[in-house]
Amino acid sequence: MTQPIIEIINLVTYYDSRKILDGINLQIYPGETVTILGRSGCGKSTLLRHIVGLSHPTDGQILIKGSDITRLNEEQRLPTLKKIGMLFQSSALFNSMTVGDNVALPLREHTHLEEPTIQIMTRMKLDQVGLSGFEDFMPAQLSGGMKKRAALARAIAMDPDILFCDEPSAGLDPIVAVGIDQLIMKLKKAFKMTIVVVTHELASVFQIADRVALMDKGKIIAIGTPDDFKNSDNETISQFFNRIPDPENIDKQEYLNSLIGNSK
Amino acid sequence: MSRLINILGYIGRSANSFFSRLTRMTALGENAIYWVIVAPFKGKGIRWKSTIHQMVLIGFNSIPIVVVICFFVGLILAMQSAYQLERFGASIYVADLVGVAITREMGPLLTAIIVTGRSGSAIAAEIGTMKVYEEIDALQTMGLNPVRFLVVPRLIALLVMLPCLTLIADFVGIAGGLTLATLNLKISFVRYLTQTANALVLKDLITGLAKTIVFAIIIAQIGSYQGFSVEGGAEGVGKATTAAVVSSIFLIIVADLVCTIFFYSTL
Ligand SMILES: Nc1ncnc2c1ncn2[C@@H]1O[C@H](COP(=O)(O)OP(=O)(O)OP(=O)(O)O)[C@@H](O)[C@H]1O
Ligand SMILES: [Mg+2]
Repeated sequence: MTQPIIEIINLVTYYDSRKILDGINLQIYPGETVTILGRSGCGKSTLLRHIVGLSHPTDGQILIKGSDITRLNEEQRLPTLKKIGMLFQSSALFNSMTVGDNVALPLREHTHLEEPTIQIMTRMKLDQVGLSGFEDFMPAQLSGGMKKRAALARAIAMDPDILFCDEPSAGLDPIVAVGIDQLIMKLKKAFKMTIVVVTHELASVFQIADRVALMDKGKIIAIGTPDDFKNSDNETISQFFNRIPDPENIDKQEYLNSLIGNSK
Repeated sequence: MSRLINILGYIGRSANSFFSRLTRMTALGENAIYWVIVAPFKGKGIRWKSTIHQMVLIGFNSIPIVVVICFFVGLILAMQSAYQLERFGASIYVADLVGVAITREMGPLLTAIIVTGRSGSAIAAEIGTMKVYEEIDALQTMGLNPVRFLVVPRLIALLVMLPCLTLIADFVGIAGGLTLATLNLKISFVRYLTQTANALVLKDLITGLAKTIVFAIIIAQIGSYQGFSVEGGAEGVGKATTAAVVSSIFLIIVADLVCTIFFYSTL
C-alpha cells in the first residue's frame, strides 16, 4: 500500500472558545482527487488553512510527505510550500500587481529562470485557464470568475505536487465551471497532481472526485467514493446529495424563545 | 465583591493584551531586522525594485508638501522671533533663532509628522487591505515572507528618504526666515546667511538628522504593525490607519523628547 501524501491525525482547533475542527482524521494518497463537502461554516476553509500551515491547530498532526507541517519553522517549511498550490475562496490575487505579475511572482521568487522564460510560462499558465491576453490587466478589472481562474493559474505556476482549491467554481457560470472541472482533471492526468477540492457543486463532485469526504460540525462524518455516497442511506449524506433542506422549525415555543433570546 | 473582581479582571485583561501586543510588535521588529541585516548575507536579497518604488512614493512625492510647509514655518518662526527681538534692536538674531530651531527641531519633527500622515497611514492601509483580502495568506502559502516582501522595502525607503527630506526641510525653513528678513527687517541677503552660518554648528544638523533615523523606524514599524493586526473588513482598515497615525505621532514626539534630553545632556 502506498504512503499517504497528506495525513491528518486527530486535528482539533478552536477559534476563541468555539471548537471549529473536532478531531479530523484524513489520509490523501498521491495522485488522487479528494473533494471535501459540507455545509457552509462547517470548517472546510479552516481545514485547508491548517493543511497549508496558515493556522496552528490546538492539537493534532498534519503530515505532508511525512513531515509534520505544524512543527516546522518557516525555513523548514519552504520546500514543502513550493510544491503546494492553493486557490483561495476569495481568490486573493495581489491587487497591486497585474495578472501576469501575479502568476509570475512565484517563478521570479523561487526559480532562477530568465525573464523571457518566465514570461512564456506565465502566458502558458494563463492560457490553460482560458485567460490568454489578460496578463496586463489589473485584478480589479476582472470579473469574479476570471479572478478565480487567474488565481488558479497562479496556484499552478510552480507545477505543484499538491493543489488545494477552495470552491473553485462557486459563482461561475456553468460553462466556465465545467471548464474548471476539466482543467482540474487535466492537471491530475498530465502532472499526476494530488488535488483537494472544496466544493458545493454536486455535478463536479461526480465528475472529478476519486473520493469524497463529508464534513459536518468540524468532523468528517463519511468518506468514500462518489458512488458509495449516492447509494448511502445515511440521513445527512442523502440530505446533502438529494438536496433536501433542513426541516422547518416545528416547535413554536422553542422558535419563539430563540427569537427573544431566551433559549437555554 | 463582584465589582472588585470585574475591576481586577479588567486590569488583568488590559495588561495581558498590552503584553501580547508588545510581544507581537517585538517579533515584527526582530523579523524586520533579520530581513534587512542578516538575510542578505544568506543570499536572500532585498527587493530593490519595490524598495525604489517605495522611495519614490514615500520620499520624492512628499517633497512639494514638505517644501511648502517648512517654508511657511520658517516664515512664522522668523515673524514670531522678530516680534520679540526688534524691541531690543537685535533683529539680526532672527537668523540664529530660525536656523537653530529649524535644524535641531522643527525640520526633523515636521518632516516626520508629514511623512506619518502621508506614508505611515498608507503603509497601514495597504498592508491592512492585503490582510483583509487574504493576500498576506497567499504570500505565506507561496513561501514568501510578508515582512521581507512588504515591510523591508518600506522600512529601507523611510530610512533613506526621511533624512533627505529633513535636509530639504532645513534648507527651505531657513529660506523662509531669510525671505522675511530681507523683505521686512531690511537685513541683507548675505548678512542673514553669514549670521546663520555662524550660528549653526555641525552638531545642530547632525543631531537633527540622527533623530530622523529613529522616526523612520517608528513610522515603518507602527504602520506595518497596525496593518498586520487588521481584523474584519474595511472598517478594520480605517481603524488601523487612524491608530497608526495617532500612535506614530505620539511616539515620534516622545522619541524626540528622549533624543533631545540625550543630546542636550551629553553632547
Ligand atoms: N478568523 C476567524 N475568527 C473566528 N471564527 C472564525 C474565523 N474564521 C472562521 N471562523 C469560524 O469558523 C467556522 C468555519 O469557517 P470556515 O470558513 O472554515 O467555513 P467553511 O466550511 O469554509 O464555509 P463556506 O462553505 O461558507 O466557505 C465558521 O463557523 C466561522 O464562524
Ligand atoms: Mg470556505
